Amino acid sequence: MSEAHVLIRGGRVVDPSRRLDQTLDVLLRDGLVAKVDEKIVPPKGAEIVEAAGLVVAPGFVDLHVHLREPGYEYKETIATGTAAAAAGGFTTVCAMANTDPVTDDAPTAAFVVRRARETGRVRVFPVGAVSKGLKGEELAEIGSMKAEGIVAVSDDGKGVQNAGLMRRAMEYASMFDLPVVIHAEDAGLAMGGVMNEGWVSTRLGLAGQPAAAESVMVARDVQIAALTRTRLHVAHVSTRESLDAIRNGRRHGVDVTCEVTPHHLTLTDEEIARSGYDTRFKVNPPLRSEADRAALVAALADGTIDCVATDHAPHHSDEKALEFADAPCGVIGLETALPVLVDALLVPKHLSLMRLVEVLSTAPARLFGLAGGTLAEGAAADVVLFSTTRSTHVTPDGFQSKAKNSPWVARTLKGRVERTWVAGHEVFARGGSPAVKG
Amino acid sequence: MSRRADAPPDVPPDRPHVFSKKDLLDIDSITEDDIRLVLDTAESMREINQRTIKKVPTLRGKLVANLFFESSTRTRFSFEIAERRLSADSIAFTAAGSSVSKGETLLDTAKNLMAMSPDAIVLRHSRSGAPHVLARELSCAVINAGDGTHEHPTQALLDAMTIRRSKGQIAGLKVAICGDIAHSRVARSNVGLLSKMGAAVTLCGPRTLLPAEIERTGAIVVSRVEEAIDEADVVMILRVQRERGGGLGFPSDREYFDVFGLTPERRKLAKKDAIVMHPGPMNRGVEIDSAVADGPDSVILEQVENGVAVRMAVLYLLIGASGDE
Repeated sequence: MSEAHVLIRGGRVVDPSRRLDQTLDVLLRDGLVAKVDEKIVPPKGAEIVEAAGLVVAPGFVDLHVHLREPGYEYKETIATGTAAAAAGGFTTVCAMANTDPVTDDAPTAAFVVRRARETGRVRVFPVGAVSKGLKGEELAEIGSMKAEGIVAVSDDGKGVQNAGLMRRAMEYASMFDLPVVIHAEDAGLAMGGVMNEGWVSTRLGLAGQPAAAESVMVARDVQIAALTRTRLHVAHVSTRESLDAIRNGRRHGVDVTCEVTPHHLTLTDEEIARSGYDTRFKVNPPLRSEADRAALVAALADGTIDCVATDHAPHHSDEKALEFADAPCGVIGLETALPVLVDALLVPKHLSLMRLVEVLSTAPARLFGLAGGTLAEGAAADVVLFSTTRSTHVTPDGFQSKAKNSPWVARTLKGRVERTWVAGHEVFARGGSPAVKG
Repeated sequence: MSRRADAPPDVPPDRPHVFSKKDLLDIDSITEDDIRLVLDTAESMREINQRTIKKVPTLRGKLVANLFFESSTRTRFSFEIAERRLSADSIAFTAAGSSVSKGETLLDTAKNLMAMSPDAIVLRHSRSGAPHVLARELSCAVINAGDGTHEHPTQALLDAMTIRRSKGQIAGLKVAICGDIAHSRVARSNVGLLSKMGAAVTLCGPRTLLPAEIERTGAIVVSRVEEAIDEADVVMILRVQRERGGGLGFPSDREYFDVFGLTPERRKLAKKDAIVMHPGPMNRGVEIDSAVADGPDSVILEQVENGVAVRMAVLYLLIGASGDE
């Protein structure tokens, strides 16, 4: 599979960590980026990859995925989830804690790390729970989990309703230098709503949750972060009011960052009406209005939103075949993130190529203090090679993921991942294209 | 009047018998022409219902499966009577609950039924959108007999028939619809249909039970029932259920009656010749005073009677005219 030396020749190297955008050669050696330069002479025995017309970038980093192992292996495993990541150009993923058992103690965190080492194709870092069993009552064993390698804490999947517990979580996690990641949802306001509340939910007769169910929680936690002088990361931000709360916090010096998903950037609640209650469009937070969607795109471009995270949430097709109100929330996103963003944001020039790579790679790596996000000489050789002109046709059978719950099935999108390397090892090659020996 | 050889009796032959859709899922997706076609056809069906022998062979050999996943008496009986009067064979499947509680998905149930080749499935379900999923997956006609809090299209059609029979037309009428709008599939279907047909609809109910952006239907939305009823030609009262709002819709039945109940005094605010409608079942003394429900302006039982005719019309238009046309 891999070579000790790989020379990626003549690609457009885009490295936001050094604001570099230039046609160059990249030499990977012994798991590291050995050299980035014009016309590198291939070392003896090196694999040569011709990259003319393609983009060479630091591998993508996803702060928010659900790998489902342990406990829900029928939906996804660390092996299949990381194969999906590799196929999407991701070299590092952060696995959320809502497994069975929940990642709320050291042994479970250690299990995820070990399984990832044994079966994973890309780097996996666990995210620990904030509260035991995600119940929102008592703090999880955050310190012991940190010793096993968690990189953040989150009760993702539901909001922490008790503000007092959130305060303690922020204070406690800060001792271990771990960011608290919030799933902002006020249960009282959301009231079991299964989609965004508005004209579409009214027409469809589906219970809606108002945008305020998210933004009041963002506003609350921004103020708690101010109180505790700790850092806060808002997961899958989806409303204008949440963006306002984040901007307001920053104006007052609060250390708050946030991520947005490809689906919230490109889809709206109208899809549920258009598709006739198709559960592939059921996610949490729900797809919002067009005004929200447009505001998210602008906020990603202007830097209010720090990065993109997929919230890759695999479900079995039997579960998604239930009635809309009963089907579980979530879409898979690892294998479509790049083409979705190229097609919907890069091609229409809402985002520059530099910013696109930054929000997928450099920025998320920096937020959680992870290696990667750079092609600086001496850095780990986590690299993605992609095209912005070739197209990806999304089909149910084309996924590496076990799941097929993608809202983009049957769509043809500009942008295609060609190859992915982790620590210099090739972990994905489209069509297994034969390497040219030098 | 010339009659085509293959046209069934008792249906006006001067109109093309073409319904624009394979299914009747909601009012939202059908045209004004579809609505007129159903209403006109229902008039002929109504005549059959008044004969001594109330049965025609129109749907002989057709199989209709009635799937009722939510308790219903009047709608289920109404469909069954409609099917029998048109000589269709019908089977009934009743079970409470959703896919989750039954342990078999709705789709599996329906696919099993489909293997028995029904011509139509009549579906009542507690989840909004359930008939849409079936319609997408199955080749037979799907008729929505009420889905969750979404729509109840045959109810709106029978209401329209009742209004038209009483007022001669629908366009230009002022129609007040009062009650729990948020959870009412009857309200959704009626607002859609009446607006399409040119009536001016006023919606009224507790602010807590009005769905988001409901004014985008084109209806006028008010909170005082007196304002809604004022000079109305039609007063339609919806069933309210306290548990629907999770206990947060309104504080008590008593207070609801005080603030929103249709009393004889409030009835006087509407036009002298106004009609009073209710889709049933009624909570007497909560949303409507018995004196009004049983009063001279009440057309509540006519609604039930027209329900059979409308459902006969829908069945005929969806599965009766197929094949050799």
